[in-house]
Amino acid sequence: MHHFEPFLLGAIVLLPLVGFAVNGLTAFLAPERKTIPTVVGPTVLALAFVIALTNFVRMLGAELHEPIVRSYWSWMPVGSLQIDAALQLDQLSMLMTLIVTGVGTLIHIFSVGYMKADPGYARYFAYLNLFVFFMLVLVLGASFPLMFVGWEGVGLCSYLLIGFWYKERKNADAGKKAFIVNRIGDFGFIVAMMLIFSNLGTLDYVEVFEAAPAAFAYGGGVITAITLFLFLGATGKSAQIPLYVWLPDAMAGPTPVSALIHAATMVTAGVYMIARAGVLFALAPVSQVVVAGVGALTALFAATIGLAQYDIKKVLAYSTVSQLGYMFIGVGVGAFAAGVFHLMTHAFFKALLFLGSGAVIHAMHEAFHHTHKDWDPQDMRNMGGLRKYMPITFWTMWIATLAIAGVWPFAGFFSKDEIIWQAAAHAVGPYAGWYKVIWAIALLAAVLTAFYMTRMMVMTFHGENRTGEAERKHLHEVPAVMWVPLAVLAVLSVVGGWVNVPHAVADLPVLGWIPTSEWLHEWLHPITEHADEIMAANLPALAETAPIGGSAAFWAVASFGIAVAVIAIAFRVVGSRQYRPAVESPEPVGLARLLYNKWYVDEIYDAVVVRPVVNASKALWRFVDQGLIDGTVNGFGNASRALGWVGSRLQTGQLNTYAFAVAIGVLILLGFVVF
Amino acid sequence: MSDLLWWVFASLAVGGAAGTVLGRNPVASLLSLVLTFFSLAAIYILLGAHFIGALQVMVYAGAIMVLFLFVIMLLNLGHDFRPDLRKGAWLVSGFATTGLIFYFIWRSFAGGEGLAMGADPLLEKAAEGGNAVSIIAEPLFRDFLVAFELTGVLLLVAVIGAVLLAKRRV
Amino acid sequence: MVTNSLMLAAILFSIGVLGVVVRRNAIILFLCIELMLNAVNLAFVALSRAVGIEGQVFVFFVMAVAAAEAAVGLAIVISIFRHSETVDLKNFNLLRW
Repeated sequence: MHHFEPFLLGAIVLLPLVGFAVNGLTAFLAPERKTIPTVVGPTVLALAFVIALTNFVRMLGAELHEPIVRSYWSWMPVGSLQIDAALQLDQLSMLMTLIVTGVGTLIHIFSVGYMKADPGYARYFAYLNLFVFFMLVLVLGASFPLMFVGWEGVGLCSYLLIGFWYKERKNADAGKKAFIVNRIGDFGFIVAMMLIFSNLGTLDYVEVFEAAPAAFAYGGGVITAITLFLFLGATGKSAQIPLYVWLPDAMAGPTPVSALIHAATMVTAGVYMIARAGVLFALAPVSQVVVAGVGALTALFAATIGLAQYDIKKVLAYSTVSQLGYMFIGVGVGAFAAGVFHLMTHAFFKALLFLGSGAVIHAMHEAFHHTHKDWDPQDMRNMGGLRKYMPITFWTMWIATLAIAGVWPFAGFFSKDEIIWQAAAHAVGPYAGWYKVIWAIALLAAVLTAFYMTRMMVMTFHGENRTGEAERKHLHEVPAVMWVPLAVLAVLSVVGGWVNVPHAVADLPVLGWIPTSEWLHEWLHPITEHADEIMAANLPALAETAPIGGSAAFWAVASFGIAVAVIAIAFRVVGSRQYRPAVESPEPVGLARLLYNKWYVDEIYDAVVVRPVVNASKALWRFVDQGLIDGTVNGFGNASRALGWVGSRLQTGQLNTYAFAVAIGVLILLGFVVF
Repeated sequence: MSDLLWWVFASLAVGGAAGTVLGRNPVASLLSLVLTFFSLAAIYILLGAHFIGALQVMVYAGAIMVLFLFVIMLLNLGHDFRPDLRKGAWLVSGFATTGLIFYFIWRSFAGGEGLAMGADPLLEKAAEGGNAVSIIAEPLFRDFLVAFELTGVLLLVAVIGAVLLAKRRV
Repeated sequence: MVTNSLMLAAILFSIGVLGVVVRRNAIILFLCIELMLNAVNLAFVALSRAVGIEGQVFVFFVMAVAAAEAAVGLAIVISIFRHSETVDLKNFNLLRW
């Protein structure tokens, strides 16, 4: 073990910022020049990735046990609170950095092709670079306030990018919705930070997590409050119930944005936050149940909606919400490494799915553009049989679908399976019953996931093509700059899970062919060990068997089998349906109608929350702002005017008046003399 | 005896003053003021300021009032019998202010012993060969020479100013 | 007698102030000003009897200045009469601006 010195740590964070500056200037001064953003945008990301990778490789040999904190300057010294602009490099932040910069680079390269014809090209790359900068601040920050800076920054960039084509009202509204809903979560984050500070006197990770076990009683009210507020922030940023409503609307932005922000990176910030604050959550078992429970519910709920959507991006959006639910189940039950593992694999296959859908939409859009047909290029009812025209996209997306459905040996099998197993394993202690329910819900959601993903693939790529005679000849595969990232992500979706094969599976006959074993768990061990200790001290040992059926090995095989079976069934069922293009399709009815309209959640929110707030604001505006405040200010003005009028009466211009005034003055002076 | 005379002339002075303020037309006011001046001159002599008393009659009653009369005649204001007192609030506040000023001044003098009346300066100087004029002239041309000269300049300026102001076209 | 003269001076002064405040005719206003000046003269003379000859010397100067002031003031009155055919002060309010 040799001493590890981070290499150009600050450069990792600053490079995207430089990219933002250059692209931003280009957008401002010469927006029609496309070469500068094309070169600068992806290059700064690639450079950042290379530097991160260098550090990672050196970390592998160094066996770090304590995080490395580099403080660059003193940001906020306020009384007893000292917040520095500091970056923390440890196993967790390294992993997140690699994911952000790696997947980010691929998406930047894809965007070069996707946004080629867009007039806001330079602005797009500027915002994208800025987003990566803030995301890196979020994952590399050494204290809660710095994470919050990144948190807010990515929220801002999300708003800017969702509403990228702001000239359409719908897009701007979607951006606003995202920002405002996020804000509600941010309130939770801020309250949690205040509680942490008032109880521990510090906000730096190293100090907080060291002091927490001693300062808070296990299961106490304060720590439960802190963690619940933190979770509220996470539900906003990571789109869980009740604050998930912004994510489907966010599909109004360009598809690579959806891939980067709303699949791979920003929405995982909540998961990262809980993994980072694992010690705090381990101390509050009530919060853990809440986190896992909300995650499970969200996973199921979003999966049901995904079953009935026709817009390809909406399916993927609800799929993201659902998979995020899985991640929260993971970090909620206390299997932090499992949750982060799924975060990583999900970044690969979900980015791939979104980029693939972007390729499909790109092709459909071009086809309709040539024939001037105004059909929706994102509606799957207008697609069909695209495998003939877009083979690379077809194969890579099937790889991603198999990954997300949890088919061995693809990435999602290992991560999703582990989470479901951990939910069962942690069904011990006072909330065992709840965890069993969570386990069951997670299983059901997995079934639905496999089904709706297969449905998506069948409707898009299989069967007869419904795009139209004239358009068919314009359908073709996307250029290399767009399919190469797809291929890279496909490879990652295959091998990405092999970094963490649980022992139970590694020992199985066929399934155990993959050699690496629980590497990710060991890599993250220094991060999770403190939380693990607390849980081991306060909870009974983990269960060895699931509530129904047998051990981990049994369920590994079983879930593989279930996934394959569901895919086959879905293939049959969806394949045999006759779909018509969107304009000729009937309206959904019954249960399908309910699911298609997302259980009317948006409408309910509008009636129960939005309208009352708007009305209350109007009332406040009328009575307080106009009546009271303006009244007071105007009142002062009127009073001054009145006083002035009184004073002006003294200026009569008459000599007698002035003589009288002098006499009064004499009187006053005499008064001073006499009395 | 001089006390009685003093009281007589004081009453006349006050009466004349009241007449000035309340007179109906300018000529009436002016003539009341002349009465006041004469009374004041008498009081000056009673106080032993003989030269000043003479000056009072010559300069004030004789020159200044005549000047006023000339202007009244020039502007033909003598026939104006309409009362021009400001009414109502003006009158009340005027009286109030006046009364208060008088009261304050009275308060600053009353109480405590009054000022003692010194010796008659004329009698003092008469022994050295002074007369009523010289008791003023000596300080004037010795101690207050500069002020005296300046007053002369002032009068010159006033004359020039009055001529300029009153011309029809400058 | 000195004290009484001072009282008399006070009375005359007050009456002069009253006149300045309540009368609208410019000429009469002037007369009241002269009255005030005379009250002051009386005070000086009375005090000079008690204190020293300098009081009377000062009265001399006051008279000279009063004469000069009366001359200039009346010239002004003539000018304003030429302007608006009247010496009633209620017509003159240019001091307002």
